[in-house]
Amino acid sequence: MADKIKVGHVHMSGCTGCLVSLADNYGGLLTILDRYADLVYGLTLADVRHIPKMDVALVEGSVCIQDKISVDEIKETREKAAVVVAVGGCACYGNITRFSRGGQPNQPQHESFLPVGDLIKVDVYIPGCAPTPQLIRNVCVMAYLLLKGNKDQQELAKKYLTPLMQLAERGTEACGCDLMYDVINQGLCMGCGSCAAACPVRAITHEYGKPNVNREMCIKCGACYAQCPRSFFNFDVITGFEGILETIDGALK
Amino acid sequence: MELSSEVNMMGTELGNYKLCVSARSTDKEILKKAQDGGIVTQLFAYALEEGIIDGAIVSGPGDEPWRPRPFVATSVEELMKSRGTRYNISPNVSFIKEATRSYGLDRIGIVGTPCQMQAVRKGQLYPAGLRDVPDKIALAIGIFCMENFPYQSIKQLVEDHAAMKLESVKKMEIGKGKFWVYGERGQVVQLPLKVTHKYEQPGCHVCLDYVANLADVSTGSVGSPDGWSTVFVRTKKGDDIWTKAIAAGCFETKSIEQVKPGLELVSKLANEKITKNQKTVEERAKFGVNKALRNPYLSPK
Repeated sequence: MADKIKVGHVHMSGCTGCLVSLADNYGGLLTILDRYADLVYGLTLADVRHIPKMDVALVEGSVCIQDKISVDEIKETREKAAVVVAVGGCACYGNITRFSRGGQPNQPQHESFLPVGDLIKVDVYIPGCAPTPQLIRNVCVMAYLLLKGNKDQQELAKKYLTPLMQLAERGTEACGCDLMYDVINQGLCMGCGSCAAACPVRAITHEYGKPNVNREMCIKCGACYAQCPRSFFNFDVITGFEGILETIDGALK
Repeated sequence: MELSSEVNMMGTELGNYKLCVSARSTDKEILKKAQDGGIVTQLFAYALEEGIIDGAIVSGPGDEPWRPRPFVATSVEELMKSRGTRYNISPNVSFIKEATRSYGLDRIGIVGTPCQMQAVRKGQLYPAGLRDVPDKIALAIGIFCMENFPYQSIKQLVEDHAAMKLESVKKMEIGKGKFWVYGERGQVVQLPLKVTHKYEQPGCHVCLDYVANLADVSTGSVGSPDGWSTVFVRTKKGDDIWTKAIAAGCFETKSIEQVKPGLELVSKLANEKITKNQKTVEERAKFGVNKALRNPYLSPK
């Protein structure tokens, strides 16, 4: 189909969990590849050696700055892709790779891993470890509507993606501490519990209605802050939740 | 796809809804300890028995008197423990992923305040850390909410201001402009809301939703006579379940136009809350000297 968008999966230093999450859309992924997107690049999934031109690059993993190929490839990704999406905690914030001190076989000198946004401009963030199949799916559908949809669909896609673009602008550091700095310290926490539900390592409990972060356990994936309804809450999109969820479901049927 | 652009436009203070009635449960056991019309407990009990939900995240008794704790109720007996309102924070959303994991629910019921309904809907559209949860929300019931209190605030209000022991309190209620504390022995203490205001949770002061606009069904005492609740049925899911529950004889209903004080009061209070909190949001923009406090409605930055 001529009006499909070109999507690539660029694998930096990550555990492939993000790619597995994309695949965990099962039938939905096949529908996406059938109707909306051609996978033009992807480790193990597409037999392509060099990064081609594409509409959307889904980047997984952080960049090891001691690995020249990785550094070259991430720069090339920026040149070749119209939209760069950082998929998952490592690409967005470094996540677990933040704790690397090198010394591991068989490349002990590979010790410094940077979030993608420290080397190139990133357009959209999908935080979380692993990022959820549903958020990856939603972003894929919205990216398609943004590039190929009618005027109303483009408008909706723009509104939907805006907070994820703002998260990309916000920076490359995340931590459970964000809940203190940017929510509780700002007088915004109302104790809903979203952060604790979102945390993949159960580092967050609620004591008397407010989150308590076990900072030793936090892996810096950014899920808690992104999930918090007081990090961002775009009424113009979320109020239409029923219609949007139906649209996404319909698009993948 | 219709999207309402401004939440605080006059006339949208009650959110989208298909139906609004005054109702109460027909189950005497539920009504015995219900805050008002027993709507939440009754609707969850019906949905559980019919297999519409596998369980419901509700707030039940915690470690201290009147301290709520979210828990997953998978039977009507468990639901009964959560009857009534506790007026302090219960982080119900914190169980929304766990409910699908160790409790194994495929169809979740959840009750919460308007902000918690916002959290659920944000979680469905932007599930950063809620893998496989978005499609499993089967019934989200919202409760009207002017503001909430930390547990320590409730303790201070009851023990210091109302001079009662928390463990001897039978019921608390905010209504008719007062905070009411009912004791086990029949004593009643009322506090003017002027006293309670300063103990409110600060995060409530930027909230622009009074009647849980994003719930499937929302309910609260305001607008209906004593012992009855006002009910908004908002979504297709909510409408489907409500219609079946009515057909099954779960509720007595009265037309909202025929009860006092009626929708007018709900609208009035909703507009008061939204106007006051909108002002707070605006004041936060110039809180310091050329320094703003964060506005979550504009950006996560």
